[in-house]
Amino acid sequence: MQEFLQQLTNGLAVGGIYALIALGYTMVYGVLKLINFAHGELFALGAYLGFTLLVTLGLSDFMGGVGVVFLLLIFAMGLVAIAGYFLERVAYRPLRQSNRLAAVVSALGASIFFQNAMMLVYGTKALVYPGGILPSVVVSVLGVEIPLIRILIFASSVLLMCLLFWFIHHTRTGAAVRAVSLDQGAARLMGINVNRIISLIFLIGPALGAAAGVMVGLLYGQIRYDMGVGYGLKAFTAAILGGIGNIPGAMAGGILLGVIEALGAAYISIAWKDAIAFFTLILILIFRPTGLLGERVADKV
Amino acid sequence: MSLLSPPLRWLAFFACLAATPPLLRLFGVDGGGAVQIGALNDIGIYLILALSLNIILGYAGLFHMGHTAFFAVGAYASAILNTSHGWPILQTMPVAGLLAAFFALLVAGPIIRLRGDYLLVVTIGVVEIVRIVLLNNVFDLTGGANGISGISRAEIFGLRLTTPADLFYLIWAFAGLTVILCSLLENSRFGRALKYIKQDEVAAAGCGINISLYKIQAFVLGAFWAGMAGTLLAVKMRLVDPESFTFSQSVMLFAIVILGGSGSIAGVVLGSFLLIGLQEIFRDFSQARMLAFGAAMVIMMVFRPQGLIPARRRRYDLRGLTGVFPRALGRRGGAEGT
Repeated sequence: MQEFLQQLTNGLAVGGIYALIALGYTMVYGVLKLINFAHGELFALGAYLGFTLLVTLGLSDFMGGVGVVFLLLIFAMGLVAIAGYFLERVAYRPLRQSNRLAAVVSALGASIFFQNAMMLVYGTKALVYPGGILPSVVVSVLGVEIPLIRILIFASSVLLMCLLFWFIHHTRTGAAVRAVSLDQGAARLMGINVNRIISLIFLIGPALGAAAGVMVGLLYGQIRYDMGVGYGLKAFTAAILGGIGNIPGAMAGGILLGVIEALGAAYISIAWKDAIAFFTLILILIFRPTGLLGERVADKV
Repeated sequence: MSLLSPPLRWLAFFACLAATPPLLRLFGVDGGGAVQIGALNDIGIYLILALSLNIILGYAGLFHMGHTAFFAVGAYASAILNTSHGWPILQTMPVAGLLAAFFALLVAGPIIRLRGDYLLVVTIGVVEIVRIVLLNNVFDLTGGANGISGISRAEIFGLRLTTPADLFYLIWAFAGLTVILCSLLENSRFGRALKYIKQDEVAAAGCGINISLYKIQAFVLGAFWAGMAGTLLAVKMRLVDPESFTFSQSVMLFAIVILGGSGSIAGVVLGSFLLIGLQEIFRDFSQARMLAFGAAMVIMMVFRPQGLIPARRRRYDLRGLTGVFPRALGRRGGAEGT
């Protein structure tokens, strides 16, 4: 039982990170019907910018504890959001009217570009996040020892998701985002500036990805230039699992995937961790072809 | 371009290629042009793979980003048959193809009804699962992370293929065969059915095309050919290991087909030369090689969203038709029309 709860909390922390990245995929898909393959790289960029802020600019010298983490998240999110904005302008906007797969290949090119840019700047070796930013306390909840950092990470990812949910469902701009993802043409006729909404989505999605990147740095302490591929693929799997284009679906899918993976690694075999995630995906899609919360689409004639 | 009819153009293209190794030697390129020929061999194998992917992605329009999985099954089948059972490597080719096709049948059956992007991520998942299975040495056949080495050299009619130039002729002969078969397929009943499914699934079903069956057949056929390309890889490398079959290779094949022009054989040929060749050319940039490559991919796509050589729609020759036709259609027969 003790072991099970340990793995469960670990899975929840990783799942929260997957969910944050998955939100970026699902929001972009919702409005553009595009799989933004460069999103995983933006997540990794967030982790690296966090590293730069902490180590090179010495952010950790000014303050300690939660304050640093908060500032770190804000800066990394802001910078990566700008990168996401330019990515859309350069690589996706010119292709908006063309074949969907053209934009996918452009996204793949952008992903290769970002990954190698990070490799050139930061090198191929894994970088180590400085330790001791967050106190390595272990909290005892109902007799289960849980590292504080897992709780903090899970809590902050849930907080970010709640903020996003509130923004999408309870603000005017959020209503515009929903309108654009339902029907771009009709939204334009209602006086919504569609281009601005799409730009906004390319600010929010990458910002959430960057937050996830910083969290991975804090949780595991190590970052690599090519980690975007693995995490990106998992998060994308999570988005599909929940039903792509569906925001609660991405959250549920991410957390579910994290938990399944952690439990699978513990009880089946660590070597099969990734395979378990994909097997789960295939099984779920066989029974629910549009994901857990995805809508069933009727064939249009 | 219009100087030669299409078949002659292809003949000229392959003749130029066939002349490349002797010419490289003649002009005294370093090491008899081994580097250049090696690059051409890579391009050839990618071309064969991309053409087989083109059946699935280009004609049938199925978002399939897991072609490497079939390639891996074929390469491993050849390697195991050769090293453990002593088959001559080239004779393993049909078996490699059949095993890959059988694997495709197993995989495609349950997932064939998935829509666009759902299918895409599942096929990516299949590549990753295959790689992990190979890595973990399931069934104790695949040699784990080290893979299988010591594959014997290929022999044709008692002639041992040892130099890169020998392999060049083997690979490109097979590539030529692939081009011929693909162009036959393109306008066959089967090929036209696949293109119809890509254009409009509902209408195709309405015309009596069994959508799922045709899609599975496209998968099986593409996988069969990719499996045989796997044998060529085993011949060329004489070693197969899990790291030769990564997700990024699947991505490259996907990009070749889309960037070249999906459903267009000439486009896929050009795409293979550009994407695989560019990586070789950018070698001078050393570290920044893939940076430039990624940027080039974005730029090419932005300027040619339809692909470099888009597929042309099938045209019907109406000149021979006679009878009552609307004026606009027939040239000779339309006169008596209304």
